[in-house]
Amino acid sequence: MATRLAVSRCGPLPAAARRSPLVSCRRWFGASADTVYDVVVSGGGMVGAAMACALGHDIHFHDKKILLLEAGPKKVLEKLPETYSNRVSSISPGSATLLSSFGAWDHICNMRYRAFRRMQVWDGCSEALIMFDKDNLDDMGYIVENDVIMNALTKQLEAVSDRVTVLYRSKAVGYSWPGPFSMADSSPWVHITLGDGSTLQTTLLIGADGHNSGVRQAAGIQNVSWNYDQSAVVATLHLSELSDTLSSLVWSTSHDHAAQLVSMDKEEFVDAINSAFWSDANHTDFIGSAGSMLQYAVALLKPSKVSARQLPPSVAKVDAKSRVLFPLGLGHAAEYVRPRVALIGDAAHRVHPLAGQGVNMGFGDISSLLHHLSTAAFSGKDLGSMSHLTGYETDRQRHNTALLAATDLLKRLYSTSATPLVLLRTWGLQVTNAVSPLKVRGH
Amino acid sequence: MLYGLDFNGCVSSHSCNVLSSSALTPEGLVCSNSQLIWTLQSKPWVFDEYRTMWFKSCRMTFLSLNRMKSYWQLWTRLYSTSQTTVDSNEVKTFLAMAHKWWDEEGMFAPLHSMNDLRVPFIRDNLLKTVANHHPGKPLSGMKILDVGCGGGLLTEPLGRLGASVFGIDPVDENIKTAQHHKAFDPVLDKRIEYRVCSLEEIVEETEETFDAVIASEVVEHVADLETFIQCCRQVLKPTGSLFITTINKTQLSYALGIVFAEQIAGIVPKGTHTWEKFVSPEKLESILESNGLSVQTVAGMLYNPFSGYWHWNENTSLNYAAHAVKSMVPDHSGPAEVVFKGETEEPQAEVSTIPGVHGELKK
Repeated sequence: MATRLAVSRCGPLPAAARRSPLVSCRRWFGASADTVYDVVVSGGGMVGAAMACALGHDIHFHDKKILLLEAGPKKVLEKLPETYSNRVSSISPGSATLLSSFGAWDHICNMRYRAFRRMQVWDGCSEALIMFDKDNLDDMGYIVENDVIMNALTKQLEAVSDRVTVLYRSKAVGYSWPGPFSMADSSPWVHITLGDGSTLQTTLLIGADGHNSGVRQAAGIQNVSWNYDQSAVVATLHLSELSDTLSSLVWSTSHDHAAQLVSMDKEEFVDAINSAFWSDANHTDFIGSAGSMLQYAVALLKPSKVSARQLPPSVAKVDAKSRVLFPLGLGHAAEYVRPRVALIGDAAHRVHPLAGQGVNMGFGDISSLLHHLSTAAFSGKDLGSMSHLTGYETDRQRHNTALLAATDLLKRLYSTSATPLVLLRTWGLQVTNAVSPLKVRGH
Repeated sequence: MLYGLDFNGCVSSHSCNVLSSSALTPEGLVCSNSQLIWTLQSKPWVFDEYRTMWFKSCRMTFLSLNRMKSYWQLWTRLYSTSQTTVDSNEVKTFLAMAHKWWDEEGMFAPLHSMNDLRVPFIRDNLLKTVANHHPGKPLSGMKILDVGCGGGLLTEPLGRLGASVFGIDPVDENIKTAQHHKAFDPVLDKRIEYRVCSLEEIVEETEETFDAVIASEVVEHVADLETFIQCCRQVLKPTGSLFITTINKTQLSYALGIVFAEQIAGIVPKGTHTWEKFVSPEKLESILESNGLSVQTVAGMLYNPFSGYWHWNENTSLNYAAHAVKSMVPDHSGPAEVVFKGETEEPQAEVSTIPGVHGELKK
């Protein structure tokens, strides 16, 4: 057992290997660990790794000990693969600022990413569309492959390895919280039991372990969730306009249709996409005339510059083996914090990908929690104290709840072809397109 | 006064009597003592009986003196009224609440929350005195004395910021709680040291040792403020800082600090404060200045009982914080030659230099 431990851990980081003989001794003799970590982040995905990275690079954490627990193996990207990965994220400018604050954005720029300046949303049942673009030349967002982000984060974690320890292939199987105050003799720290039986102690546990969060379940935090009867199909497409244009597709549809899409062959899939974009099958005359009426009214009231209206794309082919499907749902934790626990990312909120907001909400959580923890550390506070954790919770719940509700509403609105709702959303789109402040707020 | 001495002597030996029959903790001593005081105050005819008991007890005292030596020493230290700044009644009050220090939502919640103001206040004023600091451990290399540290609520954050902190408190249970709490954190365990004692007891051994002395929520509990401040000055290094937070003596502080906070709302445990011992910033400033401590800042603090947070305020009529720096002049200077004058001394100096005017006014 002990040798196996040593072998599996001597790869990634020397710090981890140095620790492993001690860990196995503790297991045999049952003595409590002598290191109390200041922060343990459970879950090494994009949000968890970014949290550990941000803490490690924060100036007030120079003297602290941070641990990142990741159940999977370390992913090393030797060379950027030729083919694009099918899992990409839309990174907002705010998230890009966070990533550049600890140097990860530079790595991403050196690998690959694509900035976009305009977003256009078509309605499948009418001619209405909504267009987001910025008047100035700022980028609206960036499309980056998830593997590229993870690689950049891993590099930056290694840069602060004296403060941040990463344990790969370490899954936490149990968490125990300190007893109520009256039990004065019990340890006031959180105890984490790993799969190999070793235990860790920490003053603050951050749960970044996805929408089926083990931390959230162990803390007994209620989670409001429902599954959409939809799945998402992701694929990498080649568009026909320009020869070198690759595009990423996320198609949310019913479970059956999604299963069909994934299993059909490439040509059929391309046809399916094109017909979805171009088809008039769901357009009705009623909606068409109602829509153009409002458009005329809007043009009278508010003559605006009309940006070139882009037609829906036509797809030439799809990359081999790039089609994957995953189920969709919504989730929101009733509380983001408890004494000595904080939830970030999908553990706190799970959202439909239609607005491209999921990982950006996670990065927003990181910015807020980092700010509160940094101030607390500079005041010598116990990091697990509720007084600053509730500040983080208030900040983020206010922001996330509104966004979650809006995304859910949009999803429901766009899932139907019933005429009244289609009319509502057609007019809604046109009005929103005309009224700029709404667009800015939504973005 | 002989009555008083007899009374004290009577009490002590009676307590020893009780002690010899069963092993009592200091808390037990407290109970028997207060009962006796109450009896004597309300039933003076009982005094004759106690006088006879006193003779008997004296003999028993000598017999059991060796065994009771440690308790005796502790007790006389706490009860001698002339050479100490520790007030015995205050000790009793805090003894009862000793184990509740670390409940952040319990009775000491306002003190926990006050750290959001006092730690940055101390930290920022100390950082002004250094050219550059270690990121992550801004106070490393500094030696700080926390007088009246209680359960260590302020001591631990200062330790986390890298300072070596020495926390003292006259209440044994408080230090026990503080030591127990810091033992869980290996980093703090090395940086903080606690001791049960009063400030006067360590003045000789720690002369000019500390970069900063903190007396937070303490000066309103001491018996002799002048002596206390002198002792603070003695243990400070030259140009060391003294930080005090306390409560002003105003009608408002009586209404809000005693009547509302203690008796009505229960924000502060009943009996914690005595309004007569509150210190106004003017009085504090004059004592500080006359003892060679130059006052740098006085700022008001306000507690919002609904939100549970403290805020800085212009108004010092309730709580306030003060920062003073030990000046370089020797501290034996009299009022005539003192360089930093308090408010009350200036008019006298002026009058004495213009005797002609003074004489004319008299006419």
